[in-house]
Amino acid sequence: MELQVALRKSYGTFLLDADFALKGERIGIFGPSGSGKSALVGLIAGLHHPDRGLIMLDGETLFDSRQRLDVRPERRRISMVFQRPHLFPHLSVKGNLLYGYKRCAHRYRKITLDSVVEVLGIDNLLDRGVKNLSGGEKQRVAIGRAVLSNPRLLVMDEPLSALDDTLKFQITPFLKNTCRVFEIPYLFISHSLLEMRIMTDQLLNIAEGRIVEQTTAEALARVRMGVSPGGYTNLLRLTAPRRIDGFYGYRWGDQELFVSAGSDAPEALFELSSTDIILFKRHPEATSARNLLKCRVVDVFEAGSRIGVELECGGQRLIGQVVSQAARELHLAKGSEVYAAIKAVAFNKVG
Amino acid sequence: MLSFTAADYSAILLSLKVAVTATLLSLPFGFVAAYLMTYRKFRGRVLLDVFVNLPLTLPPVVVGYFLLLLLGRNGWIGKMVLQPLGINLIFTWKAAVIATAVVGFPLMVRSIRTGMETIDERLIQASRTLGAGLFDSILTVVLPLSMRGIIAGSVLMFARGLGEFGATIIVAGNIPGVTQTIPLAIYEYVSSPRGDIMAVALCLVSVAISVAVLLFHEWLSTRMVRTD
Repeated sequence: MELQVALRKSYGTFLLDADFALKGERIGIFGPSGSGKSALVGLIAGLHHPDRGLIMLDGETLFDSRQRLDVRPERRRISMVFQRPHLFPHLSVKGNLLYGYKRCAHRYRKITLDSVVEVLGIDNLLDRGVKNLSGGEKQRVAIGRAVLSNPRLLVMDEPLSALDDTLKFQITPFLKNTCRVFEIPYLFISHSLLEMRIMTDQLLNIAEGRIVEQTTAEALARVRMGVSPGGYTNLLRLTAPRRIDGFYGYRWGDQELFVSAGSDAPEALFELSSTDIILFKRHPEATSARNLLKCRVVDVFEAGSRIGVELECGGQRLIGQVVSQAARELHLAKGSEVYAAIKAVAFNKVG
Repeated sequence: MLSFTAADYSAILLSLKVAVTATLLSLPFGFVAAYLMTYRKFRGRVLLDVFVNLPLTLPPVVVGYFLLLLLGRNGWIGKMVLQPLGINLIFTWKAAVIATAVVGFPLMVRSIRTGMETIDERLIQASRTLGAGLFDSILTVVLPLSMRGIIAGSVLMFARGLGEFGATIIVAGNIPGVTQTIPLAIYEYVSSPRGDIMAVALCLVSVAISVAVLLFHEWLSTRMVRTD
């Protein structure tokens, strides 16, 4: 997907002035609330009209104030998933799912009802009305409805923020999977860096109606490590849990991690703050921390007053942080070997 | 034993006929007016608003007189449109329909608007991004979701139409068997000696029709809206 945007739109005193070009399949639009993210995607989808400018998608001009061209939203083939599901209350689940599909030209109909229903796991809901579905079910139907319109671009405007944490990380795999299986490029809007890191490859950082930078969620997370008291959040997808003495032992690459707050689900996503990783130069004889990993330093980078250390352990990556004094004492450099101690309680399960 | 005369029966039937026709006739216009006033920003919106609501605040007799001036032989519409076509509306049941439609119209528009204003605009936006054009979106999202308002507006207008008096008597007159509706018949009974019993009888008929309409409204609005 190639998107080229250069537009201005004023809303009273707020001015949205966006100028960017990007290419990719999983793109994030990141910024605090009120920064103009939703306004920007509303303009791209054609729900609102820029004061002036240009919008091009995959070489096709969707809006051009010079040519007085403004393709209507129903012709843009950009479908949206909003913060709340916004299902049509007068239609059944199936009626909702097929709303866009029926309106899609035959030549574009590649994604079918059966396949979407299977990926989203909603086959038992089809004949029901939408009012009594649970929050997660509703959002899954909303995703299905958008995907079934066979769009060339899917815009997701904070699709997770109305869901509670548990539900949020139950929905993300559906979102990612659906878009991957059906090869739909997407714009993912959020103010959560964590969501950005899970959902996107690159992102536009937007603030006060302007594009601040074009970067990746990973790079942004590293920069923020310097200013955030919570440090950098490592995301670890752990598998195959087994219970051992009140702990859970999870597979992580070719090693096992001990975690206090695990579950019996075969796969789970955990957060681990860089501040919870203690580095040793040599193997300590004994430690109270339940996890002691032998690591190789891949990268050492500065982030504000702190020093970030990217570690490779058993084929996996971790980022820890130290102050510069500690970095000197540990002789941290690319290729050096360290031991990382992590308490079992430091892992926070997010989904 | 009280028995209705042929003229009484025809007054009851005519009342129903006029109110139903006026309501059905107004529905499409009412929907469009409500849509424009709810969703469109255009020059003259305030003017449309005032114009639509005017009959609500004017005495019906005034509305009737204006209609007479407009539709009569020397009126603009009467002279320019109706006469060349050979149509005469004044003092026919059709004039009663028009009078009833004009007087009840604001009630219908208001109800439909109230219904439309509860529709989340995101639903309309969602339908547009899913490939529905403007009219498609109006037909498949706005229309079904304002159904409660449409039903309520129709019922209200129908009920108001049954009671229409002032405008009707001016443009349609009070001709038994031709343009005499229930209120006009009651008026005639009340003003004639020993007509009281018949007036009360027709009043009871009015009450019965109104109760039936309200019950029908309840039944329809529970049936038309999905709750599962």
